[in-house]
Amino acid sequence: MPPATAISFAPLVALRDVGKAFPNGTQALAGLDLEVRSGEFVALLGPSGCGKSTALRIVAGLSEPSEGVVEWPRTANAAQGGSRIGFVFQEPTLMPWASVFDNVMLPLTLKGAPAANAAERVEAVLDRVGLAAGRHSYPRELSGGMRMRVSIARALVTEPQLLLMDEPFAALDEITRFKLNDDLLRMWQALRTTIVFVTHSVFESVYLSSRVVVMAARPGRVSSEVAIDAPYPRDQNFRTAPEYSAFCRRISDALARAMAAGGNA
Amino acid sequence: MKPRAPAHESRDRALRIALPIVVLTLGLALWEFVVRIENIPPYVLPAPGLILRTLAADWALLSHSLLVTLITTFEGFMLAAAGGVGLAVLFNQSRLVEYSLYPYAVILQVTPIVAVAPLLLIYLPQHGAVLACAWIVAFFPVLANTTLGLHSVDRNLADLFSLYSASRGQTLWRLKLPSALPYILGGLRIAGGLALIGAVVAEIAAGSAGAGSGLAYRIAESGYRLNIPRMFAALLLLSVAGIAIFYLLTLINYLALRRWHESALAAER
Repeated sequence: MPPATAISFAPLVALRDVGKAFPNGTQALAGLDLEVRSGEFVALLGPSGCGKSTALRIVAGLSEPSEGVVEWPRTANAAQGGSRIGFVFQEPTLMPWASVFDNVMLPLTLKGAPAANAAERVEAVLDRVGLAAGRHSYPRELSGGMRMRVSIARALVTEPQLLLMDEPFAALDEITRFKLNDDLLRMWQALRTTIVFVTHSVFESVYLSSRVVVMAARPGRVSSEVAIDAPYPRDQNFRTAPEYSAFCRRISDALARAMAAGGNA
Repeated sequence: MKPRAPAHESRDRALRIALPIVVLTLGLALWEFVVRIENIPPYVLPAPGLILRTLAADWALLSHSLLVTLITTFEGFMLAAAGGVGLAVLFNQSRLVEYSLYPYAVILQVTPIVAVAPLLLIYLPQHGAVLACAWIVAFFPVLANTTLGLHSVDRNLADLFSLYSASRGQTLWRLKLPSALPYILGGLRIAGGLALIGAVVAEIAAGSAGAGSGLAYRIAESGYRLNIPRMFAALLLLSVAGIAIFYLLTLINYLALRRWHESALAAER
């Protein structure tokens, strides 16, 4: 990676030598360095228990690092940087008592946005994720894929500069996952946002991201990085292209090395 | 196998309604029969027919008493609902308040209300004492259930609220209370029946003081006068009132939760 990049534009967010020990003594992360640049689609890939989700929560400010710092070089202070974040959990995490519309409206309501303007933004983002027709439904009445769309819409409604996604599609069937992968890529390009995407699927990480960060476990740290420099937009043809398989192979090897280093079976 | 399932289900439902009615009819018939054959006098055991005739004859008196008891029960229930939910929210917001007061809530709950009622009658005007009894027995299930509900918030949702820097008030109003609603309604369903019991206990305790006119007072008074048929008639009204309160609260529970909560959803999917 040319050092000039770091000078010409600072990363959006950077974890510097971050460690996280839980009260029960588990060392989840140690010496984790990670830079995310504006407009990137970064995949965090690793075996379970490697601290991917913990790292994501630290970026979001939901968890404090026990060592190291989180820097937001492009914003005046860290609190401000953290305020422009969208988070998508592994579960859709919707309020079951509220309609789709009210669920997506929540971040704006909590920030006290004017109602008329907020409603407009909710309509727009529901349109974007393909849920305009279902806005009066309740989460229970939707399929798993639709619920995840609502969750993504809620994360996007504040127009975040950084979207954090914690294995969002892990619980979905493959057909739905492929569809959501494509839709997510389209939204990422249209909105020009930055995404950090935690996954344990090699294939998903290669298909989606511009850079894959492979993590090792015990304690969680970065093992290697691979830039996926295949051009966007990517579609079904990319899934069957030789370069896709080549990348998958490289990432799988990197993952195998990371797991050997982490003492994992 | 499959096409038969609905038929089987509807037959099952019919049985659930029909069987208790059959048992009731048989029981009443047997009761009536035994009273007539054995020639049992009404001041020992009145026959069901006589009880119904008494109910009709004394309707003016008994319906007034029913109304008095229902109003007391309703007031006690509303106070218990407000007090139970209010205390639970207070405990949830302040650990110090919870530690200070919770043991006394438990003491109020475990002390038999029958023993407390006479004391209350000494220090409070009668209506106040009856209300206090209804409140004491009814508020605890609301408090306990609401407390449980407020602690049962989805952790990811709680994270989401803190991610968007929601205020304490917003978190309480938009997250904790809606999450707790099924628990609160469950507590209220128990509290409805208990409020009736509390009101009855206090009326009975106050009975000899003579100022009351609720159904339980009517039962006590009829007992002194050996008017056993009227005792049974009043008891019948109390049971019906209890059943009505239970089903009313069940209906409210269903209406409030049917769109979203597991407990209120239809079995088929």
